[in-house]
Formats: sequence, C-alpha cells, structure tokens
Amino acid sequence: MMKAANTLKADVVVIGGGPAGMSAAVAAREAGAEEVVIIERESRLSGILQQCIHNGFGLHKFREELTGPEYGLRYEEMVKKLDIIVMTETMAVDITPGRVVTAVSKERGYFSIDAGAVVLAMGCREKSRGALSIPGTRPSGVFTAGTAQKLVNIKGYMPGKRIVILGSGDIGLIMARRMTLEGAEVKAVCEIMEDSGGLTRNIVQCLRDFDIPLMLRHTVVKIHGNKRVEGVTVARVDENLKPIPGTQEYIECDTLMLSVGLIPENELSKKAGVEIDPKTRGPVVDENRQTKVPGIFACGNVVKVHELVDFVSDEGETAGRAAALFSQGKSLSVSESHKNSNSHKSAVSVPREQKKGVKHLQGSGGNTVICTICPMGCKITVDKNMNVSGNTCSRGEKYAIQEVTAPKRTLTTTMYAEGGTMVPVRTDSPVPREKLFDCMEEINSKTLILPIRSGDIIIENIEGTGANVVAAGSFL
Amino acid sequence: MYKIAIIGGGVVGGMIAREMSKYDVRLVLLEKENDVAMGQSKANSGIVHAGYDPEPGSLKAILNVRGSQMMEEICKELNVKYRKNGTLVVGFDEEDMKRLGQLLERGRKNGVEGLEIIDGETARKMERNLSEKIIGALYAPTGAVVCPYELTTHSIGNAMDNGAELLTQFEVTEIKKIENDGNRQRTYFYEITASDGRKIQTEYVVNCAGIHSDEVAKLVGDCEFSITPRRGQYLLLDKEAGGLVNATVFRTPTVMGKGVLAVRTVDGNILLGPTSEDIEDKEDKAVTEEGLASVIAREAEFFDDIPMDKVITQFTGLRAHGNTGDFIIESPEAGFINCAGIESPGLSASPAIAEMVEEMLIEAGATGKLKQDYRPEVKGIIRFKDMTAEEKNRLIAQNPAYGRVVCRCEEITEGEILDAIRRNPPARDVDAVKRRTRAGMGRCQGGFCMPTVAELLAEELGIPFEKVTKSGEGSEITFERTKTGGDK
Ligand SMILES: Cc1cc2nc3c(=O)[nH]c(=O)nc-3n(C[C@H](O)[C@H](O)[C@H](O)COP(=O)(O)OP(=O)(O)OC[C@H]3O[C@@H](n4cnc5c(N)ncnc54)[C@H](O)[C@@H]3O)c2cc1C
Ligand SMILES: Cc1cc2nc3c(=O)[nH]c(=O)nc-3n(C[C@H](O)[C@H](O)[C@H](O)COP(=O)(O)OP(=O)(O)OC[C@H]3O[C@@H](n4cnc5c(N)ncnc54)[C@H](O)[C@@H]3O)c2cc1C
Repeated sequence: MMKAANTLKADVVVIGGGPAGMSAAVAAREAGAEEVVIIERESRLSGILQQCIHNGFGLHKFREELTGPEYGLRYEEMVKKLDIIVMTETMAVDITPGRVVTAVSKERGYFSIDAGAVVLAMGCREKSRGALSIPGTRPSGVFTAGTAQKLVNIKGYMPGKRIVILGSGDIGLIMARRMTLEGAEVKAVCEIMEDSGGLTRNIVQCLRDFDIPLMLRHTVVKIHGNKRVEGVTVARVDENLKPIPGTQEYIECDTLMLSVGLIPENELSKKAGVEIDPKTRGPVVDENRQTKVPGIFACGNVVKVHELVDFVSDEGETAGRAAALFSQGKSLSVSESHKNSNSHKSAVSVPREQKKGVKHLQGSGGNTVICTICPMGCKITVDKNMNVSGNTCSRGEKYAIQEVTAPKRTLTTTMYAEGGTMVPVRTDSPVPREKLFDCMEEINSKTLILPIRSGDIIIENIEGTGANVVAAGSFL
Repeated sequence: MYKIAIIGGGVVGGMIAREMSKYDVRLVLLEKENDVAMGQSKANSGIVHAGYDPEPGSLKAILNVRGSQMMEEICKELNVKYRKNGTLVVGFDEEDMKRLGQLLERGRKNGVEGLEIIDGETARKMERNLSEKIIGALYAPTGAVVCPYELTTHSIGNAMDNGAELLTQFEVTEIKKIENDGNRQRTYFYEITASDGRKIQTEYVVNCAGIHSDEVAKLVGDCEFSITPRRGQYLLLDKEAGGLVNATVFRTPTVMGKGVLAVRTVDGNILLGPTSEDIEDKEDKAVTEEGLASVIAREAEFFDDIPMDKVITQFTGLRAHGNTGDFIIESPEAGFINCAGIESPGLSASPAIAEMVEEMLIEAGATGKLKQDYRPEVKGIIRFKDMTAEEKNRLIAQNPAYGRVVCRCEEITEGEILDAIRRNPPARDVDAVKRRTRAGMGRCQGGFCMPTVAELLAEELGIPFEKVTKSGEGSEITFERTKTGGDK
C-alpha cells in the first residue's frame, strides 16, 4: 500500500489501546521514548476490558480484585500522566516492514506515521458460527459471547431471554451469570470436552449459584428458527468429539451464544511481513517480544490468547521498553535485567487446582471451596463438622466456612445513566448471595446523573447488606 | 393505477424493472421480504455461464448466451463487480472426456465463442492447485463471475432512480381482475392484494416470484406449471484462501446436473458448492451436516489440499426448478406475463430475459414514450478500500463519515454504510447493509461491527435500537433495554 501524503513521525507507535497496548506505551515512555502514540479504533482506551465489567482482574499486578474497567482505568491514568499521544476512533489499516503505519480517522483523514518502532497490540477476535460449521438455519439470535457482552454491558440491551451457551470457558461462564442477573433464563451451557475450561471459581459462582446446567461432552448440532432462533438441538459427543446418533435433545431458546475460542487478530501483522506461528496464530516473538521484523514488537492477545490480563500487562511492558530502546538505536540486550524480572513475575502462574473443572469438584466429599482471597487459589474442604482442611493460611479457613455457611458475592453490573449511558458498577464488599437479585432490582430502578468517577458511592448500604454500590468506571 | 407491476425483487424482476423504467409509465416492484435479493438471487454461485450447458434451441440456451454477452457492459453501467475468469470443466477419465467433447459441440451450436478442449497439463498451468488426476478440461474463456446480490440491488436501485417504485414486505396473496370502465386497451385491469391487506391496481403484471412463481400464477388461474425447491449448500472461505483457484472449476456434468464447483468470487473469497437436493419446504434454507460433508468430499477431487480452517460461513440457496425443464416465459392471459422456472443459468440470462419481456410488453401495449431523462448508470458507489491515499483524504475532508472504519475485516466505512441506507433501494436491516457494503461479510462475520451497523440503522431510520432487525420483522437483533432506571 502507498503511504499517505500527510506523514507524521513518532518514536514508538502502539497499535491497539487495550491493556497490552497501554502498558507498552507507558513502558516505552518510561524507557525514554519521546513521542509515543497509541492508535485505538474505539472511542476510548482499555480494549476488551471495557465490556468485562465482572471482577477478577489485577490480583497479580495490583494485589486487588478489580473489575475490567477499573483495571483499565489505572492504565488510562498512567497514559494520561505520561503525555502519551492517544488517537482514538482511529483504525490502523497498514504497516510496512519499514515501520510506516497507515491509519484512518474522521479527524485526521487517511494518514501515515513513520515510526521508530511499532508495537502490535490488536488483541483477538472471536471464532464465529461459520468457523464451527453448525448446521441449521441462519436466524437472528446467534451471537458470539463477546458481541452479546458488548450489547448487554455497553449498549444496555438484552441480546436474549432464553439462552443456550456453547463453550464453558471463562467467557461463556461469565456471560451465563451476567445474563441471569439481568433476568434472562440460561437453559444450559454446553461443553464439548469432558471438563470445563473455565476456572472452578467461575463454575461455582456463575453456574452453580444459579443452578444453570453444565452439559459436558455435548455440542450444538443444529440451529432452528427462520427469523429468530427458536431452539437448538444438542447431542452428546464420542471420544472423537463426533455427535452420537440418538442422543439428540431439543432445547427451546431464543438465543445461542458462542464462546468457542478466540483468534489473534493478525491481518495487519501479516501486511508488515511478520512471521506467524501457525499454532498460536500470533507472531513469533523473542524474549523482547520482537517479531521477526526488526523494530516491530507484539504483546498481549495478538500474540496468543491470555487468560489473565495481568500477564498481558507484563508482556506489554517488555515490548514497550524494547521498542523504546530500538527507536533510540540502543541494543535490546540492555533489557536483559527486565526480561528476568518479567519472567519472574510471569512465573506466578495460575495454580493448577484453579484450572481443574467441575468434575474435580464433584468428586470430593463434603464441601470444596476454592479460596479467592489471594491468587494462590487453595482448594479447601469443609466437612460436616466444619473441620477445614487444605488451606494454607487462617484467612482461607474463614473464607471457606463463610462460603459453606453463608456465601457472599461481589455484585458487578451496570446502571442506567441519563441519556442511556451504561455505567459499570460494583458492590465495594461482597453481599449475601441470596440478596443478589434484590440488589439488582434496586440498582436497576435508579438513574445515575453524570459525570461520575470510578469509586464514587452511588447507593449506600444496599438492601441493608452493609455494602455500598460504587461506580466502576469514570464518565466525565 | 400503475401501468406495470412486477412481482418479485430478484435479479429477473430487477432487470425487467430497470429495462421498463426507460419508458414513461408508472412502474412498481412488489417484494414480500424486507429487502430485495432475498431469494435465489442472494444465494447462488454467481457464475456468468458461457452457455455450453443448456439444450440447443431452448430458452435457457438462447438467453444464457445472449445474457452472458450483455453482462460485462451492464455491470459497468450498474457499477457491479464482474470478472472474466474463464471456466474449466474438468474430466477425470475417458468417459468424462467424451462428455466434454459433446459439451463443446453443444456450446458451439449455442453460439459460445472460444471453447476448446485442453489437456490436464495445460489445465494445471492455468490452475496450479488442480489435482494430478485431472486428465483434461473444457475451457470456456467467456465464463465470468459477478456479484449476484449487487447486480440485483443495483438494477433495482437504477430502476428506482429512474422513477420506479418499490414496495417491500408486500407479499402478493390475491390478484383480482376488475372490469374496466372503458377507454383502456383491455376490458379489465388487476387489483393486487398483499398479505397485510394493502392493495394496488395495475394494468399489467409480470410474475418474477422465483420459487413461488407457480403460486402467483395460480392467483390468476394459471396452473400450467409447478416449481420445486432444489437446495444448494455452500461453504465460503476467507480471502486468505483466495489463492486456491481463480477460474470457475466444474466437474463434468452428469444426469444429476452440473455438480459442485470451486471459484474465487469477485470479492476474493473461495466459494465451494453447491449440493443439489430436491426438498419439499420452500422456506427450508437450512444447512445440513450431510450436505456440507458431500460438498467437501466432491471438492477434494479437484484439489489435494483445501484449507478448511479458513471456512468463514455456510449458506443455502433454493433453486426454483420448473417441471418443464426450461425457463417458462410466456403470457397465459393478456396483461399477465410469467417468468418462472428461472433456475440456473437465470442469473447469467437475466439481462436477456429482461430484453425478451420488454419485447412482450411492447407488443402488449404496456409501454409509452421513452423518458428524456433516463439514466442507465448507477453512480457514486464508493469503495473506500480500493481508493488511492489522495482520494481517501479528499473524501474524508468532504465527508468525515468516510474516516470511520466500521467493519475492520472488509474495511468498510461509516460513510459507505450510511450511503447504503440512503440510496435506492434503501437498506432497512443489518443483512441488507451487509449485502450492499460487505460490512459483516468478512472473517469475523459481523461479530465486531454488527452493533455499530445496528446503531447507524436505528439513527438513520429513526427507530429504537431494539427495533433494528437482522432481516425484517421478527428478526430483531436484541430485546428491550436491560434497564431504564425506573422509568419506562
Ligand atoms: C469476556 C472476557 C473475560 C475475561 N475475564 C478476565 C478475568 O476475569 N481476569 C483476567 O485477568 N482476564 C480476563 N480476560 C482476559 C483479558 O481481558 C485479555 O487477556 C486482555 O484484555 C487482552 O488485552 P489486549 O490488550 O491484548 O487485547 P484487547 O483488550 O482486545 O485490546 C486490543 C485493542 O486493540 C484495538 N485494535 C485492534 N485492531 C486495531 C486496529 N487495526 N487499529 C486500531 N486499534 C485496533 C481494539 O479496539 C482493542 O481496544 C477476559 C477476556 C474476555 C474477552
Ligand atoms: C444454488 C443456486 C446456484 C445458482 N447458481 C447460478 C449461477 O452460477 N449462474 C446463474 O446464472 N444462475 C445461477 N442460479 C440461478 C439464479 O440464481 C436464478 O436463476 C436467479 O437468481 C433467479 O432470479 P429471480 O429473480 O427469478 O428469482 P429470485 O431471486 O428467487 O426472486 C424472487 C423474488 O420474489 C419474491 N417473492 C416470492 N413470492 C412473492 C410474493 N407472493 N409476493 C411478493 N414477492 C414474492 C421473493 O421473495 C424473491 O425476492 C443459481 C441458483 C441457485 C439457487
């Protein structure tokens, strides 16, 4: 592609303003790059985090349990403080191997930036129905989970009322709870494997809390309905994941949500001649997160699908710092020390136990609880006599007994603001599980007046639980 | 009172409407769906057949060859994507080669130019991914590809620009003959009633109702023919797989029909299919596991390696298969013309069908003076992606809406989407925008841009977001708001 006549210059250009891109930009500035630009096609930063209004972010990075927008906001503030040039509503459409980035926006038109170094941080896209080849009709009401999440959380509309979810990874589980809290009936979550890929915590808090059936070793074999989805046929699968004849079951529903995988978004990377690993479908990168094209770095979900945003941020730091050094003509090996500190951080990986699915849970006698107090994720058992085992600290014991006797949950949802803006909100401490729907009702009955800042108290002592509802995003 | 009412907004109805909009007569196109191009004209192979296939002397043969000759020029006028990519009908054994020889003969009789038989080696030089098992092919250099729904919408848009009217969601359920009060040419005119009770009056009717054309003919008592739906299933691959094939590759036809084909569409995707299955339900556009499996199995004979991980979608088209075997273009009574049984090569033949129907309407006295200000061209269609940097900049400076890329996979801008909603025939739902602009047709299949397209539709049409549909009433994208803060 030809570079546009109006060409700007920058030391580091970061493509994508999600957590990967933001932390890369911040690290690049901190490492001495003068002009750092973030190109983001949405109207604000934070990427997919904006719509992930649930909590569970930042345990590693900030030792706190944040919601997606809250996590994003921390980086948005750093970006602001460091005078990073943010170009929102701007789509990057081309990169040359010589690091000329071309982008388009209403404000700037079709323009190019000659970059000292480029950081790819475009995230990923979702696998669609077509990629799965699900037979049947093509009605309205088939959504990928992320699209549905955007509709319900950002736009504030119900994508469905009677829902079947295909795929029990974390995104599918989170959406099951989210739709239930908003009044939909989630009829089943189907999982083709024999185990859910999601965190046990999510299986407990997103499915079990609401008695949503998890159909393991099942898949959707047909979609019904001409205008709108009227139902789906599900079937058991054999060890080759092929549907077993005679096991079909019809489930009436108006919506099918697909949470069946993410694919790194690398169309741009390919234009730059970056080598793609056919397995991860992301660029091949070295320890500095440099791709095979010198001066082009990559981090976050564009490289490979990450489950935890904290590691995405770490990767962004490495890439951003290396990009800054490259743009200054310095040797990248200087970052060796950082590489180490980084891999050290990344070594705090998700404890194995946490990753095991529901089957694991069911097997044990008594009540098994995954502790969510700290990132260790101990699996703690409480027997009939309230004897606790498996914990590694006293906080864990307290947590486990609480979970078994009077479980509490942090509620995350949205609130209606004047003009139709949906503001993500949360309770500032957990509320009794059985009060979740009462709390929802109260939150839904109120209209917020903007502006509002993250952390502002909106409802004090909601439903007498002692918890306050606070804003989890800033709308100024 | 309309002079002419055309029933069916497919490519045939569209081409006829365009042709007749030259004349200074009141013209209306009646379509039962929320948009045009919702029948066969939406889901087909998009091949402009050279014309070697149909029985010499048949309407199919005559109109196919003529239509194929007219198509390139018409696509230029209508600003429709067209590519002359040539057709290869490949043979695997001597039996096939004999059959290909017969096809060559037939093609020559039909007046198809440039046909030749080539050997396997030459075929593989043209298409390097073709299987070693292929020993020869019939090569038809005049074969081409076109975007079928674009051809349909643009022909209808052009007719509308020239004064034709379009009524959508107008499902014709009754056609009554009304005694004429005197000075017209016949003793009756027609009153057409839609399922929702709307009525229009017209002197002439052209029935282009595709798969339902037999039912529409029955409304005036014509029970001479019947139409059965014959299902064709397809797989569509990402542009990244576009290197697989360029020409249209067919198998040697058998009694079962033309068999599956492989082609690179005008937009650069690979299209594989279709199946050919007689079914009963005229609305059954389901894709089946068996159907797709059979497509894949047949295609595997053409190519050793098909990148199945690049599949982005599947779809079904229903052929309007008539019991006579040929196109049925005739007038069962004065003032009423059938264009029925227009299955393949109906897309290729559509410009010639329009010409033929024009003749019939002239004969019947349905035409008047030619319009002074008739314009055959569709103008101002912007394909942002294909413009130069300077052109893009100039455009965005004039209209900033072109500076916002809404569909990232196909690089479609807000400006193009707004244009599709505003120009003739106006897009009224998400799928209609998709057919006109390709927003949502790429690898993510609208996952990313659909909410934005729906928002633009809501704004432009002045309707609430939850009333925006995928393809007409009953297919709303979302339900109501999750919450409205207490007040409704
Ligand atoms: C539903 C869901 C639930 C999750 N839950 C958790 C959780 O509980 N805890 C946790 O730690 N992690 C969770 N994650 C994972 C975490 O959110 C992701 O790993 C992380 O957001 C990835 O960051 P990223 O910056 O790589 O990508 P993204 O956040 O996707 O950001 C990419 C950005 O690039 C922009 N972009 C792309 N292409 C272009 C272009 N051409 N031009 C301009 N801009 C472009 C996009 O608009 C986007 O803003 C969840 C993810 C999802 C989807
Ligand atoms: C699988 C398949 C592959 C094909 N491949 C090719 C090819 O490669 N090359 C080629 O030349 N041809 C091909 N064809 C044939 C070609 O698509 C058709 O011949 C052509 O589209 C017919 O156009 P039409 O306008 O007659 O019908 P349609 O496009 O079906 O239009 C009929 C319209 O009438 C409307 N309608 C029906 N009933 C009513 C009513 N009662 N009131 C109001 N409106 C009504 C319908 O909604 C529809 O929009 C293929 C067809 C199929 C199905």
